[in-house]
Amino acid sequence: MTMLAYALYFAALVGAALVLAAWMARVYSGIPALAGIERRVLRGAGINPGRDMAWGAYALAVLAFNLAGFALLYALLRAQGALPLNPDGIGGMAPDLAFNTAVSFVTNTNWQAYSGEAQLSHLAQMAGLTVQNFVSAGTGMAVAVAVIRGFTAPKGTTLGNFWVDLTRSVLWILLPLSVLLALFLAWQGVPQTLQGAVTVTGMEGAEQIIARGPAAAQIAIKQLGTNGGGFFGVNSAHPFENPTIASNLAQSLSLLLIPVAFCFLFGRMAGDRRQGLAIFAAMAVMFVVGLGTIHAYEVAGNPALGLGANMEGKEQRFGAMLSALWAASTTAASNGSVNAMHDSFMPLSGLVMLLNMQIGEVIFGGVGAGFYGMLLYVVLAVFLAGLMVGRTPEYLGRKVEAREVTLAVLAFLSMPLGILVGGAVAATVPQALAAVQDAGPHGLSEILYAYSSATGNNGSAFGGFGAALPWHTTALGLVMLLGRYAIIVPMLAIAGSMIRKTRAPVTAGTFPTHGPLFVTLLVLTVLILGALTFFPVLALGPIAEETARVAGQTF
Amino acid sequence: MLTHLRPAITLMLGFTLLTGLAYPLAMTGLAQTLFPAAADGSLITQGDRVIGSGLVAQPFAEAAYLHPRPSASDWNAAGTGASNLGPTSALLVATVAERRAAWEAENGAAAAIDAVTASGSGLDPHVSPQTALAQADRIAAARGADPAAVRALIAGRVEGRALWLYGEPRVNVLQANLALDEGFPMPMPRTDDTAAE
Repeated sequence: MTMLAYALYFAALVGAALVLAAWMARVYSGIPALAGIERRVLRGAGINPGRDMAWGAYALAVLAFNLAGFALLYALLRAQGALPLNPDGIGGMAPDLAFNTAVSFVTNTNWQAYSGEAQLSHLAQMAGLTVQNFVSAGTGMAVAVAVIRGFTAPKGTTLGNFWVDLTRSVLWILLPLSVLLALFLAWQGVPQTLQGAVTVTGMEGAEQIIARGPAAAQIAIKQLGTNGGGFFGVNSAHPFENPTIASNLAQSLSLLLIPVAFCFLFGRMAGDRRQGLAIFAAMAVMFVVGLGTIHAYEVAGNPALGLGANMEGKEQRFGAMLSALWAASTTAASNGSVNAMHDSFMPLSGLVMLLNMQIGEVIFGGVGAGFYGMLLYVVLAVFLAGLMVGRTPEYLGRKVEAREVTLAVLAFLSMPLGILVGGAVAATVPQALAAVQDAGPHGLSEILYAYSSATGNNGSAFGGFGAALPWHTTALGLVMLLGRYAIIVPMLAIAGSMIRKTRAPVTAGTFPTHGPLFVTLLVLTVLILGALTFFPVLALGPIAEETARVAGQTF
Repeated sequence: MLTHLRPAITLMLGFTLLTGLAYPLAMTGLAQTLFPAAADGSLITQGDRVIGSGLVAQPFAEAAYLHPRPSASDWNAAGTGASNLGPTSALLVATVAERRAAWEAENGAAAAIDAVTASGSGLDPHVSPQTALAQADRIAAARGADPAAVRALIAGRVEGRALWLYGEPRVNVLQANLALDEGFPMPMPRTDDTAAE
């Protein structure tokens, strides 16, 4: 039954992603009927939609747009106390927390060092976070499309126009899907009201204050845009954020929908669907192994707590299976929303979640971000293949040379830099160490998880970790910036250099990049690079914890 | 960079109006029209008193009521939270053992895992059918009702998996308690309301 449930789920996911990819291909090449609206929007902002950008201009436009978004969101969070749509009288955010939150949403991380119902006004949720949910996702999608053009478009110098790609992503992909999902969620019981909290007197006479707000609209885009910052503190575990099994299935499907569709979109843009399928297959293999591991450990449960599944931190309606599915999806896909508390998952489930993030969230990954992240590994994989057979590596007919490999390695290094250096500092500085809740190896896992999640722009957390300490709001904010832009800029540079190359015809000597051999090579590249980089510290965290647990030790 | 600033700021403001105001306000209007009760938080009223949300757990301690799962945040629906304790936490192991002893003493039956572990939200509205049914004898005794009838009422309120495949069987505690009050009125009506006036 479990296998059937998973099989149906993946069939639905892939089916929906195939349909969406066809739509996305049309959107990004321009739909004549919609061109009028696009032109009016862009002209209004002083943009000439016909002017394509070289990689440098594209990257600068991304940075300028994200800078404007950061400034606006930071100001809004600081000033929310004095602004309207604040029925619960919530005050302005402290500077360090506002910095952390603004960076977090602009970089599509959506790490929650705050608790939504207690620290955000309705206006900040709507005009601040919801907007960034759309545009940070749109930014990732635009960059991915530009990078894909660099690999697949005919020889040229430009990658497209960022403003056009961004506007198309938001208007014709994210917004229509969000409207559908928001209405579905509201039907299932997710509140969508401008009223504040309601005070009730329970059946036994106890008073209970129940926070509410315009949640459905935000949760829809939070899932679709792989953002993940919840309306409520406990995210999609909250019965208002995710009330039913149907709402849970809809949310976890939408979390993976656009990332999966990007694989198929790539195949379409490359003019060879098999290229997209190969990348999809590599991602799917890693996803299934990770999911299987988490599922097995969570269903088996924790004997120290009693017989049955590991239900600490999980909701009865979801149980172990839907919680495992969500945990695997959200860490693979850079979403970072949760429907169960990851801190209380079994040690090796935690290991899978950590590794999903540490390899750079390339198993489906964030909307757009996962795909261009995977292309980074593709460059490295064909380079390794080239070394093995002693030929200049090629991908889609274009030579991959020293410049591209250097840039790919530079981009790759941002993950260990943020996670290992950021984490090591946090593990040694007393002000930082105070955030750790659990004793023993699990404490190290908490630090590691925070820095993996922030650098990977994931946003989920081992919630026991006191992320609101000023040290971490600042340091985590900085590694979020590193994990976002130190990958976007080199990837655009790689694309900009690839598009200038002439495509060579396929010969008998061409290494095919669509067969099982390439899929295997790509998976191995991801795992070897990821494992070699992070295995030592994983051995001290989750692996040490698992051996202690099996020996019956507690901390 | 400077040439990009004007489009950046203008588009950012434009998207704020569209996705930050028009979109959520339109969704509010639509949701309030199509699903007004759900959009306001699925509130349950008795007379003119709002007694809770059908989706959100509230504390129950009296013997005559079905009890929800433990909450690490004391059923605070304005600041939710979980224990976030790791699987090798000595505190977690001790807390669960304590809860188990208390639960089994109260109900005279073995506690299922959901009855002794805190949920992720602290507001889990459901318990497993096993945890619900094991409380039937205690509830029946407190209400002076037939245990078999109480058990039948609870069994009738079990919600199954979606499509027989997804999620776990469960009983909504608040709604089951409303049904219990209706089906098996207390021997002596509660006097809180009159005493307060």
